[in-house]
Amino acid sequence: MIELRDVAYSYGGGELLSDISLKMAPGSFHFLTGPSGAGKTTLMKLCYGELLASAGSVRIFGTEAREMSRDDVSRARRRIGVVHQACQFLDHLPISENVALPLTVAGRDADAEAANLSDLLAWVGLTERAGALPPSLSGGERQRAALARAVIMSPEVILADEPTGNIDWDMSVRLLSLLIELNKMGKTVLIATHDMNLIRTAKHEVNARVLRISKRRLQLAGADL
Amino acid sequence: MKPRFSQLAALAAGDSRADRVVPPTGYSAWLTAFTAGAMAFLAVFALALSLAAGRLAERWGTELAQTSTVRISAPQDQLAAQTKAALNVLETTPGVASARALSLAEETALLAPWFGIDLPLDSLPIPQLIEVTETGAGYDAGALRLRLAAEAPGALLDDHSRWRQPLVAAADRLRTLGILSILLIAAATAAMVTLAANAALAANSQVIEVMRLVGARDVYIARAFVRRFTLRTLTGAAMGTAAGAIAIAFMPSTAGAGGFLTGLGFSGAEWLVAALIPVLAAMAAFWATRAAAFRTLRKLT
Repeated sequence: MIELRDVAYSYGGGELLSDISLKMAPGSFHFLTGPSGAGKTTLMKLCYGELLASAGSVRIFGTEAREMSRDDVSRARRRIGVVHQACQFLDHLPISENVALPLTVAGRDADAEAANLSDLLAWVGLTERAGALPPSLSGGERQRAALARAVIMSPEVILADEPTGNIDWDMSVRLLSLLIELNKMGKTVLIATHDMNLIRTAKHEVNARVLRISKRRLQLAGADL
Repeated sequence: MKPRFSQLAALAAGDSRADRVVPPTGYSAWLTAFTAGAMAFLAVFALALSLAAGRLAERWGTELAQTSTVRISAPQDQLAAQTKAALNVLETTPGVASARALSLAEETALLAPWFGIDLPLDSLPIPQLIEVTETGAGYDAGALRLRLAAEAPGALLDDHSRWRQPLVAAADRLRTLGILSILLIAAATAAMVTLAANAALAANSQVIEVMRLVGARDVYIARAFVRRFTLRTLTGAAMGTAAGAIAIAFMPSTAGAGGFLTGLGFSGAEWLVAALIPVLAAMAAFWATRAAAFRTLRKLT
């Protein structure tokens, strides 16, 4: 699905990532950890074509990212759900329309998929808040709304960058359980987090591979848990 | 990237959900519409000026080109003989439809604006004028001058080219200036829309970022902005054009006085040309916003 081979990424004259290789097979679950500033977000962005590698190969759904046109990247992003820590919304639209935004931009009839949208909002526990504007939502509600938006197109891959960074532990566990549920439905999941408790909690429920970025390189970190 | 017909059709048809993606910005919307309206108002006058100048050039060119004057300045005792000789020459010249000596009353009327009606012209040695009307094919002015010089030495042919050419050139220049003004107004409209679109794109960077994240193609994002600015410009320009057209239509008549202002306005199919101003303004806005949007989007990964 998404494969990185010997990838390096340089920024501002310095190398942020070096010799990174990662293969995300369909239905796999990955944690990406490491200290702040290690390059977790950068690695995520390489995975969905937001950034291009300075060296090495990034293949997204079999296509070399460097060779993808801007439209190709847009189409690939409809197959990748992305959740950021600072999840952004269109603040003038209610949450239901924000969640349905991927359908709108893909030219699909959001009205025809209203039942799916309703089910999805119920799944993330936001039925009551469907008409609310994003600025009025709590941190946990925003994260769950971002997750709903990320999965409404039924993407094959879900990339979550510090999804629990701004929410309390109970809400973090709830969000994690939603991501695990998606993985059990066959979705490939990659979560970037520095919260080791979250990773330990997940290890009880899902067969996750834990990767760590350390000194610009990616390594397996399972033994630390 | 060149817009395909399907993209233009999609732009015209609109998409209520896509339109909602870009947040409403009342201030810039009114500013764009107002400026487009003001530009269209000016364009109406520039167009009217250009069309009037064109008509004037044509009228002057046609009217003056069909007539000539022969002036006979000779001693009083030779005036009648030279006039007769000149008329004989003119009547036998190919290309001359008619030649007629002006009566004293007619010459008095011609000089009245300068000397008044009471001046005793019959006591003054004024030259005899012969009005010459040409056929469509016209005559050979050089050959006619030579024949007149031989038969009536005091005859001087004035084919009006000395007057006509500067007048026609001035009218043509006026028409060119009118067209240039319209082009400048269109360019200024495009520049204004570009500035407004750039401001809107910068103010909505988060919207663009979110849309890119959820898989929106550049053309979709651009269309949301392009449609908004095109419609704003079209609305403003339509109102400005209507106001300009009304002002032109109700311009006080100067028919009695004659002159240039008589022709300032539209007639017949020219109204349709005026109706194209909002369309041209919308097209300028379309291309300007589209270029600005793609330029901004290309800077994003």
